Amino acid sequence: MSLFTPPVTFGLRPDLAIIATKVKVGSRVLDVGCGDGSLMEALKEQMGCDARGMELDPLGVAACVAKGLSVMQGDADTDLADYPDAAFDYAILSQTLQTTKRPDKVLDELLRVGRKAFVSFPNFAHWKVRASLLWNGRMPVTRLLPIAWYETPNIHHVTVRDFRELVADRGYRIEGQWFLSGDRQTSPAAANWRAEHAVFLLSR
Amino acid sequence: MAAAELNLVNDTLVLPAPLPLDGGQSLERVEIAYETIGTLNADRSNAILLFHALTMDQHVVSAHPKTGKPGWWSKSVGPGKVIDTSRFYVICANVLGGCMGSTGPASPHADGKPWGMRFPVITIRDMVRAQVALLDAMGIDKVHAVIGGSMGGMQALSFAANWPERTGAALVIASTARHSAQNIAFHEVGRQAIMADPKWEGGDYYGAGKGPEDGLAVARMAAHITYLSEAGLTDKFGRRLQDRSAKTFGFDADFQVESYLRHQGLSFTDRFDANSYLYITRAMDYFDLAEEHGGRLASAFATSKARFCLISFDTDWLYPTAESRTIAHALNASGAPVSFVELSAPFGHDSFLLDVPAQDRVIAGFLNQ
Repeated sequence: MSLFTPPVTFGLRPDLAIIATKVKVGSRVLDVGCGDGSLMEALKEQMGCDARGMELDPLGVAACVAKGLSVMQGDADTDLADYPDAAFDYAILSQTLQTTKRPDKVLDELLRVGRKAFVSFPNFAHWKVRASLLWNGRMPVTRLLPIAWYETPNIHHVTVRDFRELVADRGYRIEGQWFLSGDRQTSPAAANWRAEHAVFLLSR
Repeated sequence: MAAAELNLVNDTLVLPAPLPLDGGQSLERVEIAYETIGTLNADRSNAILLFHALTMDQHVVSAHPKTGKPGWWSKSVGPGKVIDTSRFYVICANVLGGCMGSTGPASPHADGKPWGMRFPVITIRDMVRAQVALLDAMGIDKVHAVIGGSMGGMQALSFAANWPERTGAALVIASTARHSAQNIAFHEVGRQAIMADPKWEGGDYYGAGKGPEDGLAVARMAAHITYLSEAGLTDKFGRRLQDRSAKTFGFDADFQVESYLRHQGLSFTDRFDANSYLYITRAMDYFDLAEEHGGRLASAFATSKARFCLISFDTDWLYPTAESRTIAHALNASGAPVSFVELSAPFGHDSFLLDVPAQDRVIAGFLNQ
């Protein structure tokens, strides 16, 4: 059941569409792990943002530059250190937190360089994941986590509850949270069971 | 491709005013030899100033007059190519201190004899200043972009830092904001090889036949190694022997790599002036963009409104990725729109001149904004 369908998606992946519609017009944004730059492009074109990106894969950077975007090749784990404090209104980390070596430190860095941070990640406590683990006794391979354990880039699986606890431990505030099941938004109720994917907006 | 389609022009401009130099002197009647490809549009806004690397020249597309080889970036510059001259008007000038028509140590001094070592030591910024004067003479206030690889990248950085209002974009490939100790060291080997050649004659060898060709060839051989990657050399030559089945227990070029380097060295002397090599390598060694701007690289770009793009190559150990990253961070700190990418290519420093499709995508995307 969907409570709400974002009025605008800009043709983006659902978690990115949520972020794109929540960012304030004209803000300064750093998209960490910006991939081919589709979110940055929407933020720049549709929301008038000054969007900058960071991406590990050179092909991703090339795709971004070809779109006229300003993107630095870099690693979320190490290269956020090169940005000054509060350089951005928002730092965005979409579907990347679980691939970092130290998600806690990356989170600190996001909220150092950005006044606010959007973080989206696949929820490892979704019922399908739980069921897969419970019934098969194997690391789940699902729609959002499609790669076998030995080759997945997702080295730090995280659940909605884990993430909330990390945020509380670090003393950050949750300013907004959105949950997705399939391509649709779902209720925050029992999100740790029901959400395949979570999007959080955090501030210091 | 016919010259008409390319709209190719080779010309030489005599600068109307003396050119002031960083060393404190100024040069009268400076000649700048240049090539243009494409057509300057009515509002003079489609020019791209392309800067050449150490041993290249203005022959970007046209065949080299001495070697007959295709222009050094004819692969990438032309109608419908990565730098599309059906849209852009590309200008490339032989640098000050060069030996392909621009004023340099082989040019005549006021006394009618070649300058030789009387030529003033010049800097990268002096080279750029001469090319800004060329733009002035052409009536071009602002170029769409400046582009350069290696020493060309240093000029592009210098242009964007010192004439910030005169370009909308700067593309810097396989370059650096300052010469490292290792860079200077390799250049010094080359210079000493030239100056140790008895035929160098204190730089006064013009008209005396061959000049310090052996020294220049050795300089080129040493430098050439720095342009290639170890893996590239291994791939190309390994330990294979040159036209023989066994080692000769002598000092002939037993190995293919020796033969290749000797050929590179010798053929270089057919097209390059040894004194130019001294002066241009000196200019590169003196280059330190941060030093020119109070020791802080970000200050160099404080007033720039240009977009920047930096490309490095993972096998380039002459100007490794860290150098480009340093520049990118400085640009970020100064708030300039900057992209940086390290591309994977096996050819070492020379990758920027060779076939790297990812580079083509980045360049075309960056320019077509």
